[in-house]
Amino acid sequence: MSDITSHASHERTASATGAVLSQNRPDLSCSAGYDHEPKSNTPVQISVRGLKKNYQRGSNVIPVLRGVDLDIREGEFVAIVGQSGCGKSTLLHILGTLDQPDAGEIVFSDQRIDNLAARKRDRLRNNTFGLIFQFYHLLPELNAEGNVLLPLMIGQGFFGYLSKRWAFRRRAAELLEKVHLSHRRKHKPRELSGGEMQRVAIARALVNGPQVLLADEPTGNLDRAAGQEIFEILRNLNATENLTIVMVTHDEKLAEQADRTVRLVEGRIE
Amino acid sequence: MYKLVLCWRYLQTRYIALASVISVTLGVATLIVVNSVMSGFTHEMQFRIHGILSDIVFDGHGLEGFADSQWHMQRIRQIAGDDIQAMTPTVHVPAMLNYRVGQRWVHRQVNFIGIDPATYSLVSDCADYLQHPKNRDAPSFQLRDGGYDVQDRELGEESPYRHGMEMAGWPHRRRIGAEEKAWVAAQKKNNPQLAVPERVGRADPFSGIATPLRAAESEAGVVQQWGPVSEDQVYDKATQQETGVIIGYALAQVLGREGDHYFLVLPGDDVKLTFPTAGTPPKAVSGSFTVVDFYQSKMSEYDSAFVFAPIEKLQEMRGMINPSTGVANVNSIQVKLREGADIEAVRDKLRAAFPPELYAISTWRDKQGPLLAAVQMETAILNILLFLIIAVAGFGILAIFFMIVVEKTKDIGILKSLGASGGGVMAIFLSYGLLLGSVGSGAGLVLGLLFVNNIDHVRRSVEWISGQPVFDPSIYYFQEIPTLVDPQMIVWVIMGAMAIAVIASVLPALRAARLHPVEALRYE
Repeated sequence: MSDITSHASHERTASATGAVLSQNRPDLSCSAGYDHEPKSNTPVQISVRGLKKNYQRGSNVIPVLRGVDLDIREGEFVAIVGQSGCGKSTLLHILGTLDQPDAGEIVFSDQRIDNLAARKRDRLRNNTFGLIFQFYHLLPELNAEGNVLLPLMIGQGFFGYLSKRWAFRRRAAELLEKVHLSHRRKHKPRELSGGEMQRVAIARALVNGPQVLLADEPTGNLDRAAGQEIFEILRNLNATENLTIVMVTHDEKLAEQADRTVRLVEGRIE
Repeated sequence: MYKLVLCWRYLQTRYIALASVISVTLGVATLIVVNSVMSGFTHEMQFRIHGILSDIVFDGHGLEGFADSQWHMQRIRQIAGDDIQAMTPTVHVPAMLNYRVGQRWVHRQVNFIGIDPATYSLVSDCADYLQHPKNRDAPSFQLRDGGYDVQDRELGEESPYRHGMEMAGWPHRRRIGAEEKAWVAAQKKNNPQLAVPERVGRADPFSGIATPLRAAESEAGVVQQWGPVSEDQVYDKATQQETGVIIGYALAQVLGREGDHYFLVLPGDDVKLTFPTAGTPPKAVSGSFTVVDFYQSKMSEYDSAFVFAPIEKLQEMRGMINPSTGVANVNSIQVKLREGADIEAVRDKLRAAFPPELYAISTWRDKQGPLLAAVQMETAILNILLFLIIAVAGFGILAIFFMIVVEKTKDIGILKSLGASGGGVMAIFLSYGLLLGSVGSGAGLVLGLLFVNNIDHVRRSVEWISGQPVFDPSIYYFQEIPTLVDPQMIVWVIMGAMAIAVIASVLPALRAARLHPVEALRYE
């Protein structure tokens, strides 16, 4: 069942993505593989300097990041590639303030974010960064709409949410429409295919209007077609909403389609 | 908002957690049932005790009592006049009740009380407990002409039948009088030499036992000086009665095989009472009395001990009347206060006015202090034990919550990656605990109240299943298990149960709050 629906939705999405694109950016081509526009003229949004991170395994200290320096400009689509265990995901987690570095600093919009208080980092994750994961990470208890609404529920107080819930629902419906999942609004994650779940996750990441989208191997668990489709959505978002996207992947073909590819080898940028 | 949504969803999807609150439910239900039954018993008992005893009992020490009850009552009225509604003097004396069943004599130790029926019924509900409708309206020591209750009037149709009560009173007395007369006549005819005393009805049970003490009493003429029938008159049992006494129901009643009530003595029968005189040293006097009614307060302690007689008769027989002044002694004065009066305050006022070496002044509560305290202590201990059961249930919740936190590790990581704070995640599990606690104790409340409301159905079905009587009305004298639901108690029980559920969820919630988001996300 899920195979059939995912297959069907792939076809639908392939054409629908084009439709969305043509509405928003009529000057862009509908085909996969955009023209690379190097965004070298926009200001630097995220600046990483001398980032180090070690993991403790028993008595052994395993260095994961050994001094990463990286600048990401506003509206840039950066792909981070590297072998398994080279620290790509750790770097992304630290960028997304899920983890803290042992040394070095991260400056986001002229503000250091790696040493912020827990509360401020929570706020940042809630409304400035959007995160997407390889395993989708949807809450099984909530349906697609509930999962998309979750960051809003977290960000708003009880009464704040209640008073604006109709606006929020409209926003969630719009986003689900955007990822072509309007028909799956009331479905639980277990009733969705992998590609559909990832699209719900993208809608969830976008619901609070983030400035940066951090994607940790968003296509790693999908077949090529579904993965390409997810990538198209990301590419489209980058293009239409000028959203900064940092994507970790080990798929070289996808990485090539990004604005810039950063190669991480043994904890350092190559 | 997400906290509420998620803990609501968890409640809907995690049935194992609901299983963990079943013990909370049972604990709350049991607490409610036990407390309701215990306070029902306490309330019923207090009600009955208070009905039997007057508000304040003014006692002189010893059997001899104190003189001039009129003066004492005036004095009491002077001291606490506003609060006093009625007073009555009484004479109390330990006594032996003797009656004949077939060829044997049965002896019972009783508390023999001399009362003034007109004023005594003003201070206590004693008249309500009598078995003849007319006696309930106006208690009297005259034997009634039948019409005694053949079933318990409070319990009605279902209560056990009282065999013999349908003919109690004068019909019964006439029958036994005629039988005895016929027996005497037959004895005389068969054996003309045998001197059968004319007054069979008053035959002294102890006449055959020649003891020195007995002889001395007879010489002093104490024993034979009283009685409604003078010596020279011929006493006809079928038409005449001795001084009336009201005896406790349990003194006369025995249970039949079917649970019916049979009686060793019926209203209309004569009984003997032996009790000490007021002099020093006290001597035993015996007298013949006619049972005129039963006293059934349904407090077995009283029903198996109280025997009431007219106070003048007792004073006379015990030699409590001063021959020169004609002023009689009494043992105590029963005081009834008006509604709403502060019993303890009046007691303390009276205690201040009367020397304690001469008078013991106590409230009905003081008199029953040990009994009420024992019930209270039982309730307290049961409450502690049952709360321990809920505490044990708390550990069940703790264990299951830990499991749920482990199972939800990834979800916790997701929530944190979406910006949920540690406090927010903690709040999810705390409110989940609170929600489970409220569901558990709510179900317990419903269950407990249903149980209390249908406690007699439950009792009957348990008895039917087990074949064992769970609650024997003849022991407790309550046909139904008394219950009293105290809203305050329910609030406490439910608050306690919810507090335990929340406390049990604190540790798992803390663990959830402290989970590192990256570790949690990686958790498989």
